[in-house]
Amino acid sequence: MMPYATTPGGWMLVLALMLPVVGMLGIFALGLRHAERIAHATLLAGLAVALAIAVEVGRSGQAVTYLIGGWRPPLGIALQADGLSAVLMVMTSVILCSVGVFARGSFSSPPDGAEVRRPFVFWTLLLGLWSALNTVWLAQDLFSLFVALELLTFSAVPLVCLDGSRDTLRAALRYLLFALAGSVFYLMGTGLIYGAYGTMDIASLHQVARADWATSVALGLMIVGLMAKAALFPLHLWLPPAHAGAPAAASAVLSALVVKAPFILILRLWFDVAPQPLPAAAGAMLAGLGAASILFCSIMALRQARLKLMIAYSTVAQVGYLFLVFPLVMGSAAEMPWDSVGWTGGVLQLVSHAFAKAAMFLAAGLIAEALGHDRIADLGGAAKGVPVTVAAFALAGLSLMGLPPAGGFISKLMLLTAAVETANWWIAATILAGGILAATYVFRVVGSALAQPRAGLVMKAVPLNRELAVLTLALIAVALGFLPLQPLDYLGIGRGGMP
Amino acid sequence: MTPATLYGLCAAALVAIGLFGLILHPSPLRKVISFNLVGSGTFLFFGVAARRGAVAGFLGDPVPQAMVITGIVVAFAATALAVALLLRMLESGAPTVDGPPEQPDDLSP
Repeated sequence: MMPYATTPGGWMLVLALMLPVVGMLGIFALGLRHAERIAHATLLAGLAVALAIAVEVGRSGQAVTYLIGGWRPPLGIALQADGLSAVLMVMTSVILCSVGVFARGSFSSPPDGAEVRRPFVFWTLLLGLWSALNTVWLAQDLFSLFVALELLTFSAVPLVCLDGSRDTLRAALRYLLFALAGSVFYLMGTGLIYGAYGTMDIASLHQVARADWATSVALGLMIVGLMAKAALFPLHLWLPPAHAGAPAAASAVLSALVVKAPFILILRLWFDVAPQPLPAAAGAMLAGLGAASILFCSIMALRQARLKLMIAYSTVAQVGYLFLVFPLVMGSAAEMPWDSVGWTGGVLQLVSHAFAKAAMFLAAGLIAEALGHDRIADLGGAAKGVPVTVAAFALAGLSLMGLPPAGGFISKLMLLTAAVETANWWIAATILAGGILAATYVFRVVGSALAQPRAGLVMKAVPLNRELAVLTLALIAVALGFLPLQPLDYLGIGRGGMP
Repeated sequence: MTPATLYGLCAAALVAIGLFGLILHPSPLRKVISFNLVGSGTFLFFGVAARRGAVAGFLGDPVPQAMVITGIVVAFAATALAVALLLRMLESGAPTVDGPPEQPDDLSP
């Protein structure tokens, strides 16, 4: 590994972390009634920064790095954006901007200029969440990542209970307890790692990690803790009530982005920290839990009567696909993990699911606003009242099922190819079965929405710009399907130094 | 037995007691307290790591100590958030926090 050094454009990484925080402080300083405007300005600026970082990574062909205060690890803290982080940052900003447009309707300050708590809380938490996510994508040492995960939890939990009803408070508390149990396991692991190696820096650990008892226990603790946060079966119990109970704009962010952060951390622990090669059984175990997530939670999704609960169960199932990556990458013939089809397939699955799921939750929110409820059996007429939204829902559904030409098709095809290449037949069978189950639950909703409305059904009109925000997300999920079917070089940028 | 080993064993015992409560106690308040026990055990373990890593005339390695301070702040904030949520739940009509819960395993992690 090359020693860290601040690269040109490294200051943009600091900007990516600081902008949301500055926005938050701005809301406190300038008054609650400006919350929405300040948040929108910050979101736009943050999108520009994320795009600039992604361009810089692509242009220079190496990771963009910043050493905080000029101190080099292990004493200092490094921020680094490689190809993967850059993709994740752009994904985060685009989704948050769309959610920002969507939430104008439900979290606006009243026109008379009164200071209201609900929009203020929503916008500040959204910005806090964004800063935490960017920290997870960029931080290079295990302890900063712990702090980032905690920030993420503290921003995400209150979003669940914004409407303050007893059920959502209960869901939020359960979410918080799972998340805290997860973080304390993670923290124990970092303690063991520090005790064994005297450093928390990922690149240094990569060089010195030994396959001994302490390292295995530490990594095991950290991965189990992160599994609880990522809602991998059987630790998924908190997710459906929490994500279904939150307001639509918050559910979209929670399902699309927040559950991805612990997964990325597991990926980094697995390929960047753990001594290679790892035992094949460990990878197979993670993939087995992923497969159980896919099958069990897809069936649970089929059985739900409420649209939002169905989408939340589908999140657990789709996150399960991500965990199939481990044996597929480990067993591949590619020289580096990120040159393999499985790696690109996994990352594409993550990104396309993020866009598709955000679109689905926002669509569900609009459908519920138009009809006044979200019972799947009574969705009849939705396609007449909010046609753009139902179309967006169906397009996002294409991606979840893995039908061409959606992003989910490419990613699942890549995972399938990798499963066949590495002769993991049970994984291939799970991917196919999961696709059929997803198709069943998506068609159930779309079919119901296309049905004739009940006589005398009165629907509320929904502003077109909110519908278009949802459609944009769904179209991006579909557009990802036009990427070439091969490992993307961009995702390997900046990882070359990690043999 | 060196003091570091003794403290390490204490840390392990705290974590074990806390985990027992976190998983098996149905009442949310006890879960929050159990979480704090696990947290204390973990922080104590960082202290042990600091002591074992002592070099160059220092009594302990300062880096884990600095991390423990951050960890304590985080655990404090987490506890405050959990208690605030619990209070709101009480206000919104749950009969008691410590009484027999209506859905016994509703909050089990």
